[in-house]
Amino acid sequence: MEKITQLTSKTIILAIDDVDTDQIVPARFLTTIQREGIGESLFIDWRFDKDGNEIASFPLNAPEAKDRKILVAGRNFGCGSSREHAPWAIYDFGIRAVISSEIADIFRNNSLNNGLVPVVVDTETHQWLLNNPEVEITVDVEACEVRLPDGKAIPFQIEPFARHCILEGVDQMGFLLQNLENIKAFEKNRSWQP
Amino acid sequence: MGGQSLFEKVWNDHVVVPETEDTPAVFYIDLHIIHEVTTPQAFNMLRDTGMKVRRPDLVLATMDHSTPTVPITNLEESLDAVSDPEPANQIRAMVKNCDEFGIKLHGFGDAHRGIVHVIGPEIGATQPGKTIVCGDSHSSTHGAFGAMGFGIGATMVGHVMATQCLLLRKPKSMAVNITGKLKLGVSAKDIILALIGKIGVDGGTGHVIEYRGETIHDLNMEERMTICNMSIEAGARAGMIAPDTTTIEYLRGREEAPQGAAWDTAVERWLTLPSDPDATFDKEVNLDVSELEPQVTYGTNPGMVVPISKPVPNPGDNMSFKKSINYMQVEADKPMLGTKVDVVFVGSCTNSRMTDLRNTAKILKGRKVADNVRMMIVPGSEAVKQKAEAEGLHEIFTAAGADWREAGCSMCLGMNSDKLGKGQLCVSTSNRNFEGRQGPGGRTVLASPQTAAASAIAGVIADPRDLI
Ligand code: SF4
Repeated sequence: MEKITQLTSKTIILAIDDVDTDQIVPARFLTTIQREGIGESLFIDWRFDKDGNEIASFPLNAPEAKDRKILVAGRNFGCGSSREHAPWAIYDFGIRAVISSEIADIFRNNSLNNGLVPVVVDTETHQWLLNNPEVEITVDVEACEVRLPDGKAIPFQIEPFARHCILEGVDQMGFLLQNLENIKAFEKNRSWQP
Repeated sequence: MGGQSLFEKVWNDHVVVPETEDTPAVFYIDLHIIHEVTTPQAFNMLRDTGMKVRRPDLVLATMDHSTPTVPITNLEESLDAVSDPEPANQIRAMVKNCDEFGIKLHGFGDAHRGIVHVIGPEIGATQPGKTIVCGDSHSSTHGAFGAMGFGIGATMVGHVMATQCLLLRKPKSMAVNITGKLKLGVSAKDIILALIGKIGVDGGTGHVIEYRGETIHDLNMEERMTICNMSIEAGARAGMIAPDTTTIEYLRGREEAPQGAAWDTAVERWLTLPSDPDATFDKEVNLDVSELEPQVTYGTNPGMVVPISKPVPNPGDNMSFKKSINYMQVEADKPMLGTKVDVVFVGSCTNSRMTDLRNTAKILKGRKVADNVRMMIVPGSEAVKQKAEAEGLHEIFTAAGADWREAGCSMCLGMNSDKLGKGQLCVSTSNRNFEGRQGPGGRTVLASPQTAAASAIAGVIADPRDLI
């Protein structure tokens, strides 16, 4: 995982509520046994029409989107299936943070495990971001704040250990493995066995 | 300290290392259910880092998502004849991975191959008080037994394989009190759809729901599973129901359930799990179902749902709402009743068990599926299939003109060969009506098995109460 301390970028705006992971990566692309290449299926049914032509009005198809690292999405982003292919595909596109007023639980966990920063801000800030394309903002993982162009800092919460892993560029497995002796002791001492 | 809820009891019983300000809890998992789609990357990770599956004895493995729903006798030959190469490759990789890591696989030909959330309960591996995870969001199904079941992504699948634990923060709790007696033709599916309509697809985010109340108490285990199954559709982390005599009688004698003296000890422990009378919850919702009608969805998420006789709401200037009903080609201010149907699908981990098949058969019996409709009925597991056939249900289905298939996820998610065509409208007993969920361009209307069967006969969305 690459380290992230802060990200400064203009935003990609996807002003649709309740975007589910079936839209992010449709199930027919889950037949792969690899991780590589999943980015090609990102939002595929929204990016292309039935003849395979790019739909110019879709925000991710804008030529400048490729260089942007921050996605501002509608409320309740990433609901539905637990497929980790969703954050993999978003990450592959080059996006490193998703901002919304609400992000679904499993998607949020999956993102944190893959160096994609889920950022939940208050509804007023969220609305402002949706209404203001073309502004450059900063997502500061270290300070846990989003900085707007006028200098205003909007705090956000991120689980402290996941934040530590993102700042250091390490995964969570190491910590679990350090606890193996505790896990064995738990198994031995519990009052019933599964 | 006040009393504890069911969820808190199960949570506390599995904390290996408590959470601190800096670190989440190390949390123990009793049962890991795996399938072919969300495990290959985790197995690769283990292989790359030289790790083993730490407790293969706590893994339940099957194949369901990308499997074809026609008979497979030979993985080498007959699979290629009925499957696209990529899913076939995934199925073979699962066989190989399970073999390499010492995991028993319920594969083709096994009586207990089937949908992950159907076979766990069916073999009695799903038990009260257990923590159960799977790389599948509908793991909430297992909560019907007073277990804590929740979906995880591939990285966490790897964590459980390597350590049998996950790093978790304790979720919040939510009580959903359901009261009132259901009217004839109205089922558990209608209850959960109505609840999601009421609290929204994010109404449960961050919470573990406990479904309580007299209505829940009166449901059988299969109906309780239908309710818990769709907890994730309300955004909840899990959905649980307190174990009671219904739970215990369901599990008695199942092959993976404790036997003999161990059974008595287990039952005694299970009966301590229900929430204490003074337990408190972070959130509480009440739902009276005595006047509930059959429910149907009209949009592209399960919260966009209406009673079958009531009109689709007007979107006003809500863009997401407009986009959704445009996709569905439905009209605001008119009921869904009478909308032309192309496909009817009875199946999925929500509604593919005996109760669902019997409810479907009751309506299909002696009637014919309309000429314009293709109806597929897909049992949740091989064992459900055998049982349904022993009762002669398949004869009712085929006589009505429905297609009776092999077990699997089938048309729930459009990743095997069972898919909707572009623009087709499907009345489906599954759990997700997302755009293209059942095939690119397909339109899904979620409903109960009764409503699905009535619609198959009418050829348009129909009220099952007229046929009972
Ligand atoms: S039936 Fe559908 S929802 Fe259930 S496990 Fe299979 S794909 Fe997932």
